[in-house]
Amino acid sequence: MDTAFFLRWIAVVTERVRAERDHLTDLDRAIGDADHGVNLDRGFTAVEEALAGRSPETPADVLTTTGTTLIRKVGGASGPLYGTLFRTLGRSVGDVAEVSREALAEAFAQGLAAVMKLGSAQEGDKTMIDALAPAIPEMRTSFDAAARAALDGARATTPLLARKGRASYLGERSIGHQDPGATSMAIVIDALRAA
Amino acid sequence: MKKLINAVGDVVPDTLRGMAAAHPSLRVDVGNRIVLRAAGPTPGKVGLVSGGGSGHEPLHAGFVGYGMLDAACPGEVFTSPVPDQVIEATKAVDGGAGVLHIVKNYTGDVLNFEMAAELCAEEGAHVVSVLVDDDVAVQDSTYTAGRRGTGATLFVEKMAGALAEQGAPLEAVASMARTVDARSRSFGVAFSACTVPAAGKPTFDLGPTEIELGIGIHGEPGRSRDRHREARELVRLAMDALNADLPFSGDVLVMVNGMGATPLMELYVAYGEVDAYLREKGATATRCLVGDYVTSLDMAGFSITTCLLDAELTSLWDHPVETPGLRWGR
Repeated sequence: MDTAFFLRWIAVVTERVRAERDHLTDLDRAIGDADHGVNLDRGFTAVEEALAGRSPETPADVLTTTGTTLIRKVGGASGPLYGTLFRTLGRSVGDVAEVSREALAEAFAQGLAAVMKLGSAQEGDKTMIDALAPAIPEMRTSFDAAARAALDGARATTPLLARKGRASYLGERSIGHQDPGATSMAIVIDALRAA
Repeated sequence: MKKLINAVGDVVPDTLRGMAAAHPSLRVDVGNRIVLRAAGPTPGKVGLVSGGGSGHEPLHAGFVGYGMLDAACPGEVFTSPVPDQVIEATKAVDGGAGVLHIVKNYTGDVLNFEMAAELCAEEGAHVVSVLVDDDVAVQDSTYTAGRRGTGATLFVEKMAGALAEQGAPLEAVASMARTVDARSRSFGVAFSACTVPAAGKPTFDLGPTEIELGIGIHGEPGRSRDRHREARELVRLAMDALNADLPFSGDVLVMVNGMGATPLMELYVAYGEVDAYLREKGATATRCLVGDYVTSLDMAGFSITTCLLDAELTSLWDHPVETPGLRWGR
């Protein structure tokens, strides 16, 4: 997978986040503060501009620019968390022209570790990690399987009690709602198929 | 949605432009979203920086000035600022004695301030961060994000700000900020949800006789839903929660805070009940604030924040302050 692949991936993510903006915000209204879609849309729109202005030459450049822009533009928890994921992906794939599926899966594993450390969260806490973690082992074989695992992971957050993030303030009342962060993470992973 | 705004996307910059026009004591960088004292950093004084989502006005930008903050970093509505803002603000207020970051305990605020503090430290700045976590409605355990920072943020900014103004070193100012937080508790009640401009509809729906107990300041629902009742009972409910967590005694600083759409008249009704409750417990409300200080857009409801005072805290509270939101003694 070359630079063009990663540019397409981010472009698809940007487009889907824009299309799902209100849905993500509605999910966040139920158990958060009704801005997840709005914030991510603002962030990826800024990423789109940053990438257009930069013409990156390597996959790492695409990923790092994406991560840095998200940290600089999104705010909230999702800015640093998504930003750290993409920056870790960029650092992990290194200065190469082509990235293998195995190398990308390994980069995602490092990204997951970085997000878990930053957010002090584990699988099952009802966060983006619940979509990210199950997708990584599947990524080595197929993006279709990874996307399915991420979507299943996001859906499986519905009965969970939130332990991290703003939904955790609701305690028992967070049960019965799908986590907006896991939902947006599933969009990010699903977009790999279309890249 | 009927709001006194121009375009949804311009709410924050338009607010900042208005604050700049109204308060010449502030220097407002609208583009970078930083609010500073017009007089610039005070040489040898610890700089105080806070920030958080917009929509809580006068917190934080309204508390920039003599005796409180040196800078505020307003984020998007209910969204923490980004690290760049905090880094720029930290540089701008560093008078050579280091900078204190006052951070409300929300994951977003914590992460963005942490990233900023690390980058500032790499560049040689001396930064200490203090977390405010006063909301008793949230269980504090390793299985949650911990208690939210709400009304006590104002108390921390005021008293740590006074100590910094008196020339205390960074470690002492940080320690005072932690002391104020440790002695403070808050509890909030909502009568109606608020509407985030970008979302266009209320963050939750409440029936005509329902209230939300244990709300935060971002329009998120509370811990439970209950029936509306008279002020005496609502205040007792909130005060019982505070008292159970940190029993009242001696002199108490009380803030009866409106969430944005509660008449001042009703806040005074509540304050009368708070005063009576404290007497009943053998404590005395020796200092108070009644009004809109830590708001949640157009939410109706109130929060009560208390701080157990001693002579030192009382004198720091009484120290002169001159900001758009609080002003006395000067």
